[in-house]
Amino acid sequence: MRPAGRAETDSLYFNYPQFEPPAERAGLSEPAPVAIVGAGPVGMAAALGLAREGIRSVLFDAKSTFNDGSRAICVARQSYHILERLGAVAPFLEKSLGWTTGRSFYRGQQILEFHMPDSSREKYRPMYNIEQQYIEQFLWDAIAREPLIDARWQSEVTGMEDVEGGVRLDVKDPLGSYSLEADWVLAADGARSRLRGMRGLRLKGENFEGRYVIADVQMDHDYPTIRRALFDPDCRRGGTILVHRQPDNIWRIDYQLRDGEDEAEAIREDTVRASVAAVLDELGYAGGWELEWWSVYSANTLALDDYRDGRVFFIGDSAHIVPIFGVRGLNNGLADAHNIAWKLARVMQGRAGPALLDSYTPERRGATLDVFANASKSARFMTPPTPGWQLMRDAALNLALSHPFAGELANPRQMTPYTYADSPIVSADDPAFTGGPVPGASLPEARVGEGFLSDLLGPGFTLLAFDAGLTAGLAGSDLKTVVLEPGSEAAEVLAAGPRSAYLVRPDLHIAARWTKATPDAVRRALVRATAGETA
Amino acid sequence: MTPADVETVYEALAETLDAVGADKRELFLAKLALLLSHDLGDTARVLSRIGEAAQNLDV
Repeated sequence: MRPAGRAETDSLYFNYPQFEPPAERAGLSEPAPVAIVGAGPVGMAAALGLAREGIRSVLFDAKSTFNDGSRAICVARQSYHILERLGAVAPFLEKSLGWTTGRSFYRGQQILEFHMPDSSREKYRPMYNIEQQYIEQFLWDAIAREPLIDARWQSEVTGMEDVEGGVRLDVKDPLGSYSLEADWVLAADGARSRLRGMRGLRLKGENFEGRYVIADVQMDHDYPTIRRALFDPDCRRGGTILVHRQPDNIWRIDYQLRDGEDEAEAIREDTVRASVAAVLDELGYAGGWELEWWSVYSANTLALDDYRDGRVFFIGDSAHIVPIFGVRGLNNGLADAHNIAWKLARVMQGRAGPALLDSYTPERRGATLDVFANASKSARFMTPPTPGWQLMRDAALNLALSHPFAGELANPRQMTPYTYADSPIVSADDPAFTGGPVPGASLPEARVGEGFLSDLLGPGFTLLAFDAGLTAGLAGSDLKTVVLEPGSEAAEVLAAGPRSAYLVRPDLHIAARWTKATPDAVRRALVRATAGETA
Repeated sequence: MTPADVETVYEALAETLDAVGADKRELFLAKLALLLSHDLGDTARVLSRIGEAAQNLDV
């Protein structure tokens, strides 16, 4: 929502483009290898991921422009690696604000300062703040350069039916209606996914009681990019407030509604203005400010039982809704898109077995359940659901004023990338390792020469070896081999000896590792990672 | 702890529970439980004591 007198896309800092429906009508019904429904960040990332693999897609969105406001603003390190692989990271690095530090306050006093892991061996910071409109704009700029993506705006998918070897979609835009067949469909149509309803699927899980208003204001506020959490502040006794800095002098203020506080009343402009003014007063900010946009949400943990339904895959919010405290909604959505893109492309091109697609749900739904576990903890701390949780939360905060150990309970534990431990395509670990990332984990970063380990990876699979003898004859169309120095920083973070090797997947997760690698073992792991024929 | 030590703690708790007042007693006890648990540094023992303290409350 925006202040009275301003249109939905009348932003203080962002010029919304206006996208027209396809003017050229011939060929709209031509079959598509992949149809992607929803051109939000997740749908666009999927289209780019497929295009990087050489797969053509048609991307539909019912709207005529980007999201009306800045919903997701925290983009995690792993997502920057994904954006780099999609060829889109440069404008993100230029625009966004990287950060590592968070501070929590209780009744006006600081009780915790936490630092997310970061060091000079990391290419990217642990977290970046950037408005969702820019996320969409920068992905869109990459799509506009990409001939393999046919984007159709103002195009609503109104029906869907399974047909032999594909799915038929009915599409309506202001200029007419048509049907087209797609071999595969990616449903990236968000939390209220219509495609999910058309397939008769329902999200399952918990709704938490806590409701939050999120408001963006523009102001000259002199405070570094440090996430602030205010527990039980004077301006909102019993509630929790989160404050984030975004580019363009935009500040995100999230504040919790009280039990029984009427939602319709809470999101009225004058109520929002009064609430924001009270928060700014609490922060000690006395200057002018302008209200940009606001919305309301509640903390839910909901997911589909299976992210795949035949030839339809659900990615992003259509598959799972997570509380924002873990900053995992957008980040997990991008990882979903990246995960299904490399798998679907390889199956479509005959470079992988069809069973590879069945690894999408266990890997990505597993990541969602992991978020649920962490986010549920955070949500219970932010919005205690019962008197017992409330008392212990208050006791921890109160004790933290004198004893810092109790303040750690207020640490949001911003997640590390999920490890695909139970994935059918990840090989068992070599028990001889005494450290380093296990198979299924995401590849850690290290400095190599003037650059980083991740800079050396190929577009498909990569074998990281420490002995040139191993790699002879292994490199192929989908496998790049990289020989690293024993004793280097990379060897240290990988706990690697001179005969060790790691097989890294296109999504930077580790498929297999060995302390004493052999070409045969590498080939077997590659077959497993692509659900190919077992030799 | 000798019986006399236990009695000293017992008295200090009673006096502090009165001093903090009815509306802060729960908060005070919860803080104290967290603090003592941290000092004890033995999660299994604390969890077992939580179970024991929850017994017989309705006698």
